[in-house]
Amino acid sequence: MEKLVKLTIDGVSVEVPAGTTVLEAAKKAGINIPTLCYLKDINQIGACRMCIVDTGARAFGAACVLPVSEGMNVKTNTPKLRAARKINLELLLSNHDKRCLDCARNQKCELQQMCIDLGVEDVDKFKGKINEYDIDDLSPSIVRNNNKCILCRRCVAACNNTQAVGVIGPMGRGFKTQIRSPWDQPLNDVACINCGQCIAACPTGALYEKDSTKAVWNLLADETKHVVVQPAPAVRAALGEEFGIPMGTSVTGKLAAALRRLGFEKVFDTDWGADLTILEEGTEFIGRLTNKGVLPMITSCSPGWIKFCETYYPDFIPNLSSCKSPHEMEGAMIKSYWAEKEGIDPKDIRVVSVMPCTAKKFEAKRPELSHNGMPDVDEVITTRELARMIKEAGIDFVNLPDEDFDPVLGESTGAGVIFGATGGVMEAALRTVYEKVTGETLKDVNFTAVRGTEGIKEATVKVGDLDVNVAVAHGTANAAKLLDSVRSGEKTYHFIEVMGCPGGCVTGGGQPIVSAQKRMECDPKQLRAAALYNEDANKPERKSHDNPSIMALYKDYLGEPNSHLAHELLHTTYTKRPKYTK
Amino acid sequence: MELYRSHVLVCGGTGCTSSGSPKLIERFEEQLKEKGLDKEVKVIRTGCFGLCEAGPVVIVYPEGTFYSRVKVEDVDEIVSEHLLKGRKVQRLVYVDHKTHENSVQKSLSEIGFYKQQMRVALRNCGVIDPENIDEYIAFDGYKALAKALTEMTPEQVIDEVLKSGLRGRGGAGFPTGKKWQFARASQADQKYFVCNADEGDPGAFMDRSLLEGDPHAILEAMAIGGYAIGANEGWIYVRAEYPIAVKRLEKAIEQAHEYGLLGNNIFGTDFNFDIHIRLGAGAFVCGEETALMASIEGKRGEPKPKPPFPAVKGLFESPTNINNVETLGNIAQIILKGADWFRSIGTERSTGTKVFALGGKINNTGLVEVPMGIPLRTIIEDIGGGCPNGKKFKAVQTGGPSGGCIPAQLLDTPVEYDTLTAIGAMMGSGGMIVMDEDNCMVDIARFFLDFTVDESCGKCTPCRIGTRRMLEILERITQGKGEEGDIEKLQELAESIKNSALCGLGQTAPNPVLSTIKYFRDEYEAHIREKRCPAHHCQALLNYEITDACRGCTACARKCPVNAITGTVKERHVIDQSKCIKCGSCIATCKFGAIVKK
Repeated sequence: MEKLVKLTIDGVSVEVPAGTTVLEAAKKAGINIPTLCYLKDINQIGACRMCIVDTGARAFGAACVLPVSEGMNVKTNTPKLRAARKINLELLLSNHDKRCLDCARNQKCELQQMCIDLGVEDVDKFKGKINEYDIDDLSPSIVRNNNKCILCRRCVAACNNTQAVGVIGPMGRGFKTQIRSPWDQPLNDVACINCGQCIAACPTGALYEKDSTKAVWNLLADETKHVVVQPAPAVRAALGEEFGIPMGTSVTGKLAAALRRLGFEKVFDTDWGADLTILEEGTEFIGRLTNKGVLPMITSCSPGWIKFCETYYPDFIPNLSSCKSPHEMEGAMIKSYWAEKEGIDPKDIRVVSVMPCTAKKFEAKRPELSHNGMPDVDEVITTRELARMIKEAGIDFVNLPDEDFDPVLGESTGAGVIFGATGGVMEAALRTVYEKVTGETLKDVNFTAVRGTEGIKEATVKVGDLDVNVAVAHGTANAAKLLDSVRSGEKTYHFIEVMGCPGGCVTGGGQPIVSAQKRMECDPKQLRAAALYNEDANKPERKSHDNPSIMALYKDYLGEPNSHLAHELLHTTYTKRPKYTK
Repeated sequence: MELYRSHVLVCGGTGCTSSGSPKLIERFEEQLKEKGLDKEVKVIRTGCFGLCEAGPVVIVYPEGTFYSRVKVEDVDEIVSEHLLKGRKVQRLVYVDHKTHENSVQKSLSEIGFYKQQMRVALRNCGVIDPENIDEYIAFDGYKALAKALTEMTPEQVIDEVLKSGLRGRGGAGFPTGKKWQFARASQADQKYFVCNADEGDPGAFMDRSLLEGDPHAILEAMAIGGYAIGANEGWIYVRAEYPIAVKRLEKAIEQAHEYGLLGNNIFGTDFNFDIHIRLGAGAFVCGEETALMASIEGKRGEPKPKPPFPAVKGLFESPTNINNVETLGNIAQIILKGADWFRSIGTERSTGTKVFALGGKINNTGLVEVPMGIPLRTIIEDIGGGCPNGKKFKAVQTGGPSGGCIPAQLLDTPVEYDTLTAIGAMMGSGGMIVMDEDNCMVDIARFFLDFTVDESCGKCTPCRIGTRRMLEILERITQGKGEEGDIEKLQELAESIKNSALCGLGQTAPNPVLSTIKYFRDEYEAHIREKRCPAHHCQALLNYEITDACRGCTACARKCPVNAITGTVKERHVIDQSKCIKCGSCIATCKFGAIVKK
């Protein structure tokens, strides 16, 4: 049994397990100690000095890193503490670009919220020199504006620890410290995987996605083009949060309605592309199993993960499934199959993807993901950018009626929906692979062993005579750990799912940002995933090979999974990338 | 062993080395050989004698004659006169600044600078050849280690250190024995014993001198400490800017290995101990223990919040004990002579001695070791010889940039951890910078803060931005742009930074500002309200004026780079204040002392 520790916080007696921090214990006592640099499970460094508390020690301690001890008497709300917190906040403001109105994080900024909460009266109280930096916007995915940076290092922790990428860190020291890549290189010139977890971690407007809304507005205004849209599975699990809808609410119907009102000619659904992916990937896996191909096969849906593999684990490139990611497959089908069916010249089609992901912006620009000189996908906007467009268009999202996606490329099964959560691709694939290999119908389509937020999940699935060993990792640090165990021979798997972001796409770098405070109260990974699993459970069809429109696609156009034409349009290749470009 | 009738000790510390002592040694050896004295007189390069101001220093034994500021040209005379004919070279013999006494008839310990000192940590500095382990052993070296390993249990060693009352000499004054107790109590397969030799206070060189002058004493203490806490790996984190210390440490480690005093089965016991050296790149913050350990691990040198304390989770995540060089310098003596002997030196709560690096406006710049409890006045006036050029003493800064200014009226304060803290200063690692009437206290505060602002690692908000804002206010004040309310703003920031900064660097950074406001508030007010610098130091607040003493020679007018001085020949000249850029070239030019700063 866990050892319990008794302490007093502001006169309230609490009992918590040993090892709990004062910050967590205070939460239990009903006290929200203000924090800026703290981010649950990601960053605990006691640097911003907002969460200082008085324990009677010589100096104040940072509650986020201070472990509780028996009989501790903590004060969180004394005049001295309030004064020191306010001064530290005012000091941050004194070296901050305070143009809030045109800031990417206006009204969603933790620094701004802190000013409200602590009652800052004069933002210029400690006016002095302000560091001025150039904005780094050369990356196709991520913009860094150090003028907004408060040096909390949440992005550094996300990049270094959660993702094991580590292309950013503190450079210089003292007042001149800034977070950036070594040798002043822009993010685009270092081995960044574009995942955007730094953005998701940032409390201010120092990090945000490279904007594509202007390009999409321009496309929508171009009457010579057929502009179609496809949102990813995870988008529906989080978009509502941008409009005040509680986390974990699926807004699929409103999403389709909003996209239609924005003026897209067709509102398709990447869930369809996900079903298609399962047919191609599942068939590829069965092929590798039976023909003694390279195993374990590793999924290729997550562009952040793909770049990570190409850069940091290139020896695993032969293990990567050759399948394009779902939205790229769907883009390729829109510009071939659909275009043919509708009699439209593919040159006149523009595909816009709404993704929970910043790496998709990079992926869409990969030259190998194109056909006849046309990219499969033309523009990628994130869930956040879509929310901005909906607001700008004056669409009353909350009161929109539920609508369906457009036929054929908008029709999907439950297997496609769960792609957005970690373990979802694996589960969807197992549903199809099992039935294809055994010819039997699954009694229970739920493979719960691969669900959940555990960093690395393992399962052995009996498929006919064969025990198929599978593993699921999310967040590239977990992926690295998993691959290390495969490389060393410690583990043997047949099939591995990797998602670049912790939690999978539902908590991708392009999703609505969840504040540190909110992350202490709930787990977005779990809540958003639950929305998808719920949608899956309520779908009439839950296996990709039961999707009639996919079956029609093969019958009418592609022939069969992994056919020559399927390979030409739906599969791709990978490139080993250097860690250092210069 | 060969016997010599005379020994010539030449200081090989950093100070004397940079003023040319290696050339002296070379010349001595040449000359002695030429005169056929090389079998009778031996030249030894020692560690620091302490009186750096008089360097390069040469002492000739058995007489104990103290030669100061010796040049290469003087060597021939010392050899032919003193060593050959037995006649001391009067003109080179050290003259006491205070008494103006020529020390020709005196031995070293009778000289004013040394008379009140007591050398425990520095016992071998300037006495032995630090590069020769035999000399260290001849002075009871490694005897304490032998005693600890063969006659004492680790608990007894810790107990002895605990009873001695020894407190950390690095600044904070934490009881060393207690630290060892904590590290011993941590259960782990791997523990480390670290020596903090990242001496960074401006003007402080206690640790450097000790490492240069007696490196084996540190190795021995680390081995004793390793035995006590249960560590068999030691690390010395030393600044790369201390090349002599590094070289001697490396040599000492090599020699100790040869003699079996480091390595496996030391003194035939089952105790193994080895020591590695890690060079620091000179970041002040790396003297903070958690930052130091991060730096050893190859990470950015930044502090981490405590707890966990190093004794629980330190270097490479293992329990670690970390002590400063001077602290370790006392260990062997405590083990050999006992806790009671150590307690007999100093005061109840501050036992033993403390080494200080005297600098600034003081006659005898150098290194001194005094028993705790001695009044500051004794250090500054008797040992240090007071301020040069008859200037009036104003204040002394102890504890470097983390410490505080102590004004003249508190000069009788005894040197103890708690008394110094009580008056807003601190013991610190031992830097002692003396200021005279020409020093502006606002500018002194600005100087120290400028240092900490520059050395802040940038991790926590109060230190990264707060100290910078304080510095900006101080800069404004010294430039005559101070405003009403500035003092209060400084105090407000200082209080908040002290309370909320992450590490000791930030928490103590405001001390120089707070103590100067406390004792010299009138100077701040003069700058802010009257736009006047009472010490006539702050350039922007100075007015150069020509007095009646002017003879109208026109020299100043010709020299002035901005033609601010006008006047007719043989008549008193005038400075146009609106043109004057306060460069001071007129004062330097005037032969009649007719130009004054006001």
